[in-house]
Amino acid sequence: MDLVAILSLLVSSTIVYSTPLIFTSLGGVYSENSGITNIGLEGIMTMGAFSSIMFNLTFASSLGKITPWIGLIVGGIVGLIFSLLHAVATINFHADHVISGTVLNLMAPPLAVFLVKAIYDKGQTENISQSFGYFNFPGLADIPVIGQILFQNTFAPAWVAIIVTIILWWILYKTRFGLRLRSCGENPQAADTVGVNVYGMRYVGVLTSGLLGGIGGAVFAEAISGNFSISTIVGQGFMALAAMIFGKWNPLGAMLASLFFGFAQSISIIGNQLPLFNHIPSVYMQIAPYAITIIILVLFFGKSVAPAADGQNYIKSK
Amino acid sequence: MLKVTPRIKKFLVLTISILAGFLVGAVIMLIWSYNPFEAYSSMFSSALGNMNGIGETIREATPLIFTAIGFAVASSAGFFNIGLPGQAQAGWLTSIWIVLANPNMPKFLLLPLATIAGAVAGAFVAGIAGWLRAQFGTNEVITTIMLNYIVLYSCQYLMQQVMPGGLRIDTDTTKTISQNGSLKISWLTSMFGESRINAGIFLALVAVVAYWYLMKKTTIGFEIRSVGANPYAGRYAGMSTKKNIVLSMLLSGGFAGLGGVVQGLGTYQNYFNQTTSLDIGWDGLSVALLGGGTAIGILLAAILFSILKIGGLGMQTIAGIPYEIVSIVIAAIIFFVAIQYVIGLLFKTKPQTVVDEN
Repeated sequence: MDLVAILSLLVSSTIVYSTPLIFTSLGGVYSENSGITNIGLEGIMTMGAFSSIMFNLTFASSLGKITPWIGLIVGGIVGLIFSLLHAVATINFHADHVISGTVLNLMAPPLAVFLVKAIYDKGQTENISQSFGYFNFPGLADIPVIGQILFQNTFAPAWVAIIVTIILWWILYKTRFGLRLRSCGENPQAADTVGVNVYGMRYVGVLTSGLLGGIGGAVFAEAISGNFSISTIVGQGFMALAAMIFGKWNPLGAMLASLFFGFAQSISIIGNQLPLFNHIPSVYMQIAPYAITIIILVLFFGKSVAPAADGQNYIKSK
Repeated sequence: MLKVTPRIKKFLVLTISILAGFLVGAVIMLIWSYNPFEAYSSMFSSALGNMNGIGETIREATPLIFTAIGFAVASSAGFFNIGLPGQAQAGWLTSIWIVLANPNMPKFLLLPLATIAGAVAGAFVAGIAGWLRAQFGTNEVITTIMLNYIVLYSCQYLMQQVMPGGLRIDTDTTKTISQNGSLKISWLTSMFGESRINAGIFLALVAVVAYWYLMKKTTIGFEIRSVGANPYAGRYAGMSTKKNIVLSMLLSGGFAGLGGVVQGLGTYQNYFNQTTSLDIGWDGLSVALLGGGTAIGILLAAILFSILKIGGLGMQTIAGIPYEIVSIVIAAIIFFVAIQYVIGLLFKTKPQTVVDEN
């Protein structure tokens, strides 16, 4: 295997594994910047994964190639609806954010598996027939070497994720709306005093995390697992949560952290195909992503500080 | 609107939350045309209707009491210990290994040794996260999530590659432990219809009392709670934040490790390869949240949780209703407990004591 082939294998598997994390961690960034801690990302991803697979299985024959893309939207919408539970509980009903988020994580897998059993009469679904396929960047794919590594046969949802990251970063830090959203996470009393609708902003934050978490779960299900079962989403939501904290609650940071996790994960998965790496005992390859994360965090980042009012209920006084 | 004292209000709100959770399950069953009465009656009759069922329910609750206390200790110090599965797993493998490696040691030495070693293993795993937090301010949510995976794969490696082959049946399962290291008590087993109930429940009850005493009656507990409530105030009063961070995580991991010990030396009598994070860790988190972090709350929540889990198995075989309903009911109950503010609006508290629930 020559170097270019190795690099392009590594790059393509990195971005496939990163994409679900990017979407989901971006959702977390929005929720927590509005002041609502969201550890329910795992549950939201599960609902997104389940609904996109069901949609894909049902409509693949009539919709054809566009099916997985609509599946993403369906996953996002279902995730959004599911996250309403968290929004209502934390924003209106004064629930503890951690407990409410845990409810999402507890609720989603049994609900999804129950529905699978009720609809398909078995514990897991069939494999989907329509997947994302590969995408060549027009123009850029023709650049020698770099084009071959980065832009040929790439995973299109990854590019969508990167574009979404930039847009969300711009909204959060460069627009009036973003400032207001962040002010609700830093100091809701002050935001309310100057006329910001704290409850409204927090709804936007949580529902964005529902939409993006659902899309993240849908990407994972449609691109990586190919079907839905109880073991489809096991820990990816927590990895996204970690990516969000690693990225210091910033969209760009969350994306970079997700890419790092995706890279580390793909090294451990395709490591046996790579020269040099194939002599390392597999246990080190399996542990490496997680150990390296801790080490990097300790060495270079130190304290990561959440938005000041993250996780605190804001109860508007009458 | 009813006028009640705060204590009765708390009780009523909790009862309504539990009933509402069952109602959610019933509605979902009705939508998919299952019979909720049949479901719930088969659930309760199989969890509590015979001695074997009761024994299994108690057995199910045993490790959850430990992991829930583990979560609650860290939680009162202001930490979110999401690493319970890894800490419990470390305790499980350690205790089994020690018992298997010392087949001739007398029981009065071996059992305490294995139990304590399991607790130490759990404490060690959690201690890493605590130490990093105290020393470098590293976020414990990330480190404990990462440690779960590290422990998961390390245990796989240790068991399959490092453990002497003579202690294993095959690559995925160890031998069954000898009587010398087992928490099984024959009269208890036969009393509860040959179920897997074991002495772990007595340890768990001791742990509940110890947890209550530690948090409410000792200086250590007071400092942990103070630092959790307000680290600045704690430091101003001369408490070491760093020391309390590490201490609370060590205690938390120790309890979680014991959860793994009773699972190993009590329930399964061996260790077998795990491919995902241990359930008792995640369930312990739910039990702690459901029990509101208090000693008695954790005990009752663990029992309720186990009735549902064990009863759910019976419901699936007797009434043919998917087991998942049980987990949905549990999640719904916790949801209603979380929004108790709203349920509390149904009742007026008597004016003499003003208690703000939040």
